[in-house]
Amino acid sequence: MTLLTGWGRTAPTSATLARPGSADEVAALLKETAAPGTGRGLIARGLGRAYGDAAQNAGGTVLDCTALPASWTLDPEAGEVTASAGTSLHDLMTALVPRGWFVPVTPGTRYVTVGGAIAADVHGKNHHVDSSFGAHLRSLTLVTADGGARVLGPDDDLFWATVGGMGLTGVIVEATFSCVPIETSRMRVDVERTRDLDETLDVMTTTDDRYRYTVAWIDLMARGSRTGRSVLTRGDHATRGEVRGDPLAFAPRPRLVAPPWVPDGLLNRATVAAFNAVWYGKAPNARRGLIQGITPFFHPLDGVGEWNRMYGSRGLVQYQFVVPFGAEDTLRRVVSTLSARRIVSFLTVLKRFGAGTPGMLSFPIPGWTLALDIPTGQRGLAGLLRGFDEWVVAAGGRLYLAKDSRMPASVMAASYPRLDEWRAIRDAADPDGLFRSDLARRLCL
Amino acid sequence: MRNALGSVDTVLLLGGRSEIGLAIVTRLVRDGASRVMLAARGGTVPEEELERLRALGAEVHVTDFDAARPETHGDLVDEAAATLGDLDVVIPAFGVLGSQAAYDKDPEAAARDVAVNFGGHVSVGLAAARRLREQGHGTLVVLSSVAGVRVRRANFVYGSAKAGLDGFAQGLGDALHGSGARVLVVRPGFVIGRMTEGMTPAPMSVTVDVVADAVMEALRSRAQVVWVPAKLRPAFAVMRLLPRAIWRRMPR
Repeated sequence: MTLLTGWGRTAPTSATLARPGSADEVAALLKETAAPGTGRGLIARGLGRAYGDAAQNAGGTVLDCTALPASWTLDPEAGEVTASAGTSLHDLMTALVPRGWFVPVTPGTRYVTVGGAIAADVHGKNHHVDSSFGAHLRSLTLVTADGGARVLGPDDDLFWATVGGMGLTGVIVEATFSCVPIETSRMRVDVERTRDLDETLDVMTTTDDRYRYTVAWIDLMARGSRTGRSVLTRGDHATRGEVRGDPLAFAPRPRLVAPPWVPDGLLNRATVAAFNAVWYGKAPNARRGLIQGITPFFHPLDGVGEWNRMYGSRGLVQYQFVVPFGAEDTLRRVVSTLSARRIVSFLTVLKRFGAGTPGMLSFPIPGWTLALDIPTGQRGLAGLLRGFDEWVVAAGGRLYLAKDSRMPASVMAASYPRLDEWRAIRDAADPDGLFRSDLARRLCL
Repeated sequence: MRNALGSVDTVLLLGGRSEIGLAIVTRLVRDGASRVMLAARGGTVPEEELERLRALGAEVHVTDFDAARPETHGDLVDEAAATLGDLDVVIPAFGVLGSQAAYDKDPEAAARDVAVNFGGHVSVGLAAARRLREQGHGTLVVLSSVAGVRVRRANFVYGSAKAGLDGFAQGLGDALHGSGARVLVVRPGFVIGRMTEGMTPAPMSVTVDVVADAVMEALRSRAQVVWVPAKLRPAFAVMRLLPRAIWRRMPR
């Protein structure tokens, strides 16, 4: 048995870790797990970047899909890549970027697998233009509870139950998705500061569409009239003429790794306030045409391995919600409450979502999404977040399952209107409930 | 499942009428627990307690439980798991506190009470631990006592059973290490409540609510032992070192 947690390092549970080396071994493991008397089920796990308990299965089996050999093929004519589910976006980008291709969507870390990216239907800074990962998916191969491998496409209901389905419909073993041609491995970036939340929302609403990639970092420690002041970072892939040297060079440097013993409480009100003040202060009021690499623009935290250790032994909670356009008041209320209560959130990120996918449990809907990184152990945190849940549900919003580690099952049921539809398709594909995770138990999926 | 901030879904309370037990269950329900089983002798729990928990939104089940019949304990844990699903928190809160003077006169009664206070917790604890290990998560809350940290002349029958229980709980916690399940050992001092009615409170005594609050705080963290009040820990670090000649003269 192996103790597992998500990236937030909270609520550890133990499971039997299996490392299948091929789709056939996955099918064999499913048959074994389905044998009578072994009722705790199975879930696939990638690189463990989901913050909560999505890739844990207490008392059951967890399939470590990073054991599936990383492999990919590029079809430059169609602009499509076929990759095994255990391939990480890091490996893909290292291979594709020098060939002039970029992944269609990347979350804030490259260290996620293709299977995980589909299961969580991940989004990135280009969501307002390009939607989420599922929108670029042409087909996927799913090993279902009966041990059979099914090739699914966007015309299949099971395809859209799997996109965003958190691994509960089967084990994804391979996928084909479209890629983006690029001229260079660099980004042309505009950075600007805003004075408060209203200006942030205003600037994003009026000018986000000029950029393919946009995000706002909010200084939550700023209070009063400066509440919600932000640094906006927005950009596009740089063109050939804008860079010097090898235009497609991409060789990420080996990373620093956070030490295993970080004192608890390192990220506290004082240190985070100081960091935020410096971060906001060093950002220019407005700077245009900055040329940046892929890592600093898309994956700044990937520069430090195991950075979640910085939050100490009690770990961190991510709270990410989306509310539809028109519900800006809910957003204002959350931001002002967090500022007023002096809740420490190390990285607070605001993003505008565009159109969602037909994924039944897919998170993004058109609107505003706010992501908070909160060290656990702050007094009153559970009650505060429960209050936010109610505001978000009342506004027609929802929480992101890949980040969630604490929402009550009732909030899930109230905020994902297609949950029953998803359950019916899942039940047909997995009648005996073979695929289970701690998240599924907690949220009564 | 326990969530990242320590809220749980299910609770099994053995000794379903226990004041401390019900105080902890009430807090767990307020914190989000939705399914509760109260196991009590004769299957009877005061109706107002049930109503109170149901009013807080919990589904409450009651079942018969006899701490003195270890042969039934395995089945009871199975029944709870079948009714509630995974057992997130198990709280054996049964116990009897007789006076040392009475025990001196009635050795048989003393042995019976020790069988409940220690033996009953051993069978329940092991049965629960087996289930928690299988499910790969969950917390067993063991209500020990400072009376067992260093046994006193004034209540050595009760104290020795608690000493045995405390040692059992530590050993069980170590046995479960790495399994995802854990044991939380609670060491309260004198608790003012129904069990100690008519007795004069000792120094550093606490109320039932204080104990329940401390247990909740410990459940949210990864603590393995909680002293209530916390200052009893340094106090007993000293008291453990007192010479016997002084210790035996402790008035109570």
